[in-house]
Amino acid sequence: MADPMATVTRQTGLGMITIRTDLDRAGDAIAEAAGLAIPDVTGITGDGSRALGWMSPDELLLILPMAEVAEARLALEQALAGEHALVVDMSNARAVFDVAGPHAADVIAKLAPVDAATMPQGHLRRTRAAQTAAAIWRHGDGFRIIGFRSTADYLGLILQNAAIPGSQLAPR
Amino acid sequence: MLTLTCPYCGIRAEETELHPGGEAHLTRVGPQGTDEEFEGYLFARKNAKGVHFERWRHAYGCGKWFLAARCTATLQVFGTYKAQNAHPPAEIVEAIRQARPDWNPDWTTE
Amino acid sequence: MMTHVPPFRLPSGGRLIDRAFQVPFRFDGRHLRGLTGDTLASALLANGQMLMGRSFKYHRPRGPLASGAEEPNALFGLGQGGRFEPNQRATTTALANGMVMRSQNCWPSLDADIGAVNNWLAPFLPAGFYYKTFIHPRPFWKHVFEPIIRKSAGLGRAPTDPDPDRYEQAYGFADTVVVGGGIAGLTAARDAADEGGTVLVLEQTAIWGGRTPTDHDGGSAAIDALLADLRGRDNVILRRNTMATGLYDHGYLIAREALADHDPNAGIPRQRLWRIRAGHVITATGALERPLAFACNDVPGVMLASAARDFIADFGVAPGQRIVVVTNNDDAYRTALTAVAAGLDVPAIIDARPQATGDLPQAARQAGITVLTGSAIAKVKGSRHVEGVVICEQAGDGKPTQAIDCDVVAMSGGWSPVVHLWSHCGGKLTWDDAQAMFRPDADRPPLGADGTGNVTVVGSANGDLRCAGDLERAEGATQPVWVMPAKAPYKLRAKMWLDFQNDVKVTDVELAAREGYASVEHTKRYTTLGMATDQGKLSNINGLAVLSNALNQPIQATGTTTFRPPYTPLTLATIAAEAKGDAFQPLRKTPMHDWHERHGVSWEPVGHWRRAYCYPRGAEDRHAAVNREIMAVRNAVGTLDASTLGKIIVKGPDAGRFMDMLYTNMMSTLPVGKCRYGLMCSENGFLMDDGVVARLSEDTWLCHTTTGGADRIHGHMEDWLQCEWWDWKVYTANVTEEYAQIAVAGPKARELLDRLPGSIDLSQDALPFMTWAEGDIAGIPARVFRISFSGELSYEIAVPANRGLELWEQLHNSGHDLGITPYGTEAMHIMRAEKGFIMIGDETDGTIIPQDLGLDWAISKKKADYIGKRAQRRSHMTDGNRWKLVGLESVEGHVLPDGAYAVDQGFNPNGQRRVQGRVTSSYHSPTLGKPIAMGLVKHGPARMGQVLDFPMPSGEVMQARIVDPVFFDKEGGRLNG
Repeated sequence: MADPMATVTRQTGLGMITIRTDLDRAGDAIAEAAGLAIPDVTGITGDGSRALGWMSPDELLLILPMAEVAEARLALEQALAGEHALVVDMSNARAVFDVAGPHAADVIAKLAPVDAATMPQGHLRRTRAAQTAAAIWRHGDGFRIIGFRSTADYLGLILQNAAIPGSQLAPR
Repeated sequence: MLTLTCPYCGIRAEETELHPGGEAHLTRVGPQGTDEEFEGYLFARKNAKGVHFERWRHAYGCGKWFLAARCTATLQVFGTYKAQNAHPPAEIVEAIRQARPDWNPDWTTE
Repeated sequence: MMTHVPPFRLPSGGRLIDRAFQVPFRFDGRHLRGLTGDTLASALLANGQMLMGRSFKYHRPRGPLASGAEEPNALFGLGQGGRFEPNQRATTTALANGMVMRSQNCWPSLDADIGAVNNWLAPFLPAGFYYKTFIHPRPFWKHVFEPIIRKSAGLGRAPTDPDPDRYEQAYGFADTVVVGGGIAGLTAARDAADEGGTVLVLEQTAIWGGRTPTDHDGGSAAIDALLADLRGRDNVILRRNTMATGLYDHGYLIAREALADHDPNAGIPRQRLWRIRAGHVITATGALERPLAFACNDVPGVMLASAARDFIADFGVAPGQRIVVVTNNDDAYRTALTAVAAGLDVPAIIDARPQATGDLPQAARQAGITVLTGSAIAKVKGSRHVEGVVICEQAGDGKPTQAIDCDVVAMSGGWSPVVHLWSHCGGKLTWDDAQAMFRPDADRPPLGADGTGNVTVVGSANGDLRCAGDLERAEGATQPVWVMPAKAPYKLRAKMWLDFQNDVKVTDVELAAREGYASVEHTKRYTTLGMATDQGKLSNINGLAVLSNALNQPIQATGTTTFRPPYTPLTLATIAAEAKGDAFQPLRKTPMHDWHERHGVSWEPVGHWRRAYCYPRGAEDRHAAVNREIMAVRNAVGTLDASTLGKIIVKGPDAGRFMDMLYTNMMSTLPVGKCRYGLMCSENGFLMDDGVVARLSEDTWLCHTTTGGADRIHGHMEDWLQCEWWDWKVYTANVTEEYAQIAVAGPKARELLDRLPGSIDLSQDALPFMTWAEGDIAGIPARVFRISFSGELSYEIAVPANRGLELWEQLHNSGHDLGITPYGTEAMHIMRAEKGFIMIGDETDGTIIPQDLGLDWAISKKKADYIGKRAQRRSHMTDGNRWKLVGLESVEGHVLPDGAYAVDQGFNPNGQRRVQGRVTSSYHSPTLGKPIAMGLVKHGPARMGQVLDFPMPSGEVMQARIVDPVFFDKEGGRLNG
């Protein structure tokens, strides 16, 4: 029996809001509206239910339960009233997978040109997984990975393929 | 395959995460430009063997365009900097001159 | 009970084999047995099979020359069906249970190969023979020579079945990567690990230690001690079975790890391609022994001295019973000593040097072996197997002094550092006269991103052949011997092989030099020296030396050919890795993808998207289905999955200004609630995308792009915002995948939508053509656009992607009696062509400006600037002779072939027929019951009614009349329902 590598699970029910604005000016207002600290460059903050990721110098991504999206969006729009800002619901545009287990980093290392094994907690890495864009961060005892909705089947398949039992990267 | 550090997010990205955008520091010639000016803007590109400035987008990352100063012959990277610069900043010029003492900027800043 | 001992297996010895486990295998149909730990080569030798291949050009019989990755001859087809692999190296392939191997480049069999007739023709097939002979007459090349040459060319046959095995890639990172697990590599790894960074050690074989355990007393213990040290460190990873195949820019190293070669039941990937980013690379890749160039040095039984030693010491296999050693250095004496210790006969060591006084020659003499100094082999006797050697003086012209019977000749021409990785990414070499070798020039290393050297070389790879350090005995110097004997006449030189795989001989290289191929790169291509899998491994230095002599210049003046990756061949499957089958490309699916699939869709790939081309019913073909779908839309109502259309939000105080730069028309004045068709051009004026823009609010616009354009146009917007107008306050967001979008089109579209509960007034008065509204439809939040690409009354409804299928199904459930019909992209294409609407990619090809397409109405005259405006004023763009869009109507009622050219009078300066137009779109229109086409024609709009000739490849000429491009409902009455 080959060693289990990691489990790959698609997560549904997560909503996402893209926020674009001057983070220096509007950071405090966003933090208050989102209920989370503003992440550092390439960072992600969270409280177990919501997470706030740094996507770009002028862009954050709020990840939260789908049911809270409408209210959060309104709160953000109000908080950013008067600012040059763009708040967009992206809840339908994405696919989310969790890769969990002892060799979860190996699964990531097979698909993304990043040093998954040494990726720190709280770091959000935007990169590619094989041929599709992805954002990856440590979550639970593994990783959470966001891709596009349209290529969800592809992303799920390559993650499953990378996680086949016995294929861990440790030298044999 | 090159690696370049994105000056916006600090990620050292490999070439597959980047999108190349050709020569940097072109000055746009709009409707008022003469045929000669417009030709220079649209078609005349440097093809340097040596120090070269070029545009890259961190396409699979933060999505920002940045500029890189590198040697096309040795692939040495002298530095990367934000796209919102009309000319390479002083520290980039300094880094190039450290490595290529004979090189001189071909632009003037007022 | 006696076990069967194959005749050539020695009674004892063989550090890598396990005599307790026999391994059955099949070779050309024969059932043979080897031992666990054998390579294919050692197992075949143990079965007395010395003949292992036929050379590429002359089909000469060949045995194994080497014992490692440099082997040029012993290449086999391995496996069966989808797992068949040609050109597998017997010397590096571990024997596996039940393995099936086939000899190649021979017919009907390895023993009786018809192609060997080339060998008799060898005098007539010198270097450059193909170039010179088959070049005239020209037509003969294509029809006679090439098919014959192709048929006889190539070594193995490519497999025809899909490879059933799984492969993968992995990304690795290390501060230091050490390539080579011999004593030099392991020592360097230990030193690097002491510095504290992460260290990755790659070894191409399954066994650590390189040559040290075989060649040096106490070698195994030294290796074991180093391994124990390294295994105890947290910052070191030791990876066996991993071949570093290429080193590229900025420390990018490609390596192949064999995980389950020839073990299909393992259930894990067969091989893994490592893409490693190394801070620093240390190559400890060792050295390869060089052959000696003496007459008939390719007869089976002639092999490298190190290979003979390895077969005896590592595998307990006697390559023969009487082994003559011929050398120009001390190291080969080890082979003689190893053979004698194994009970084999060594009748003589033939040493080209005048004297041999080192420790090893002394030991050989003490062991009772005859050492003939200043001597050479004039010729090997035997054709299918070594039968003996004729001895002469090295300094002479080959006059025989004596003959010695033997069945193996173990030769050593000295050692060449393996410099491939160093050279792959720009490291330079220096000629070391004292050691007669090219070795890495530490002053000119490959450079990393910071401009400093990022590769160092250690051990024999660096020319330090005595890197085993205190394990080593005193050795005499190697004396360069490039031709044996030194004054060998043509007759002998014409039988001295330099490149065994490609059949390049000393005289071939000399011929190339005589014919003016002074550059080593040209000589390589003229003679094929060092091409294919060799890449300079065995043939390089000897060939360079012969060329240098012929050109009367020192070797360093000749230089080397380029060492190209991969160091050893990679199977394509490993490079493709996970990208095969369903994971070949990321297939993009709309929210309604599965519905289309369930309803018999015929797909059309559009970029990575799959779009419904049409939905054939029953026995319908695609053409019939498309016609039915069009008539349903024209007469009733249809739905199109338009989710793939790009949707980009542009927002901010400067968004209007930005929109005016992006589009040729004025977008800043578009009122909130309205839609406008817009064109986007590149800075050189060419039309790049089109689509409908909706103004969502005072500072927000929504841009629709073509399916293929979404990411590109979003990137285009960001490029201008970030790099040109970075002080403009504008944000963009690509929301393409957030929404499912459904076009509901046809005279009954409103009737259908009115059946669904909703908050939006869809009437003509409330929602006229080119407006949009927001609200609920069937309980789903929706944005409805009154836009039309079909020419019919049409609503495009955008809803959250998660609810797209729900709306689609509600529409279909509510519209049965109305004749609701899903329609695909082909119906859409034809309906837009009937209306004379252009299609990006059909009417445009990257050289077309909007003015060519009669779209001047969509180009603002008021705006001072937009992207592409200046370019559209260039003289070529304003030239009245540019081809312009027209409709084309076939005179004979044919559907004109897409892309067909209309000819003009006369010929251009190249002798080609002048042309005056071409077809850009062409269809059978079911609405009109006749073919329709659009095209670009010189002065087209001014030539209505004229007839153009379109010659076909068959010679017939189709004729078409220039007409208005709007074929249907020119007044647009249907749009307004």
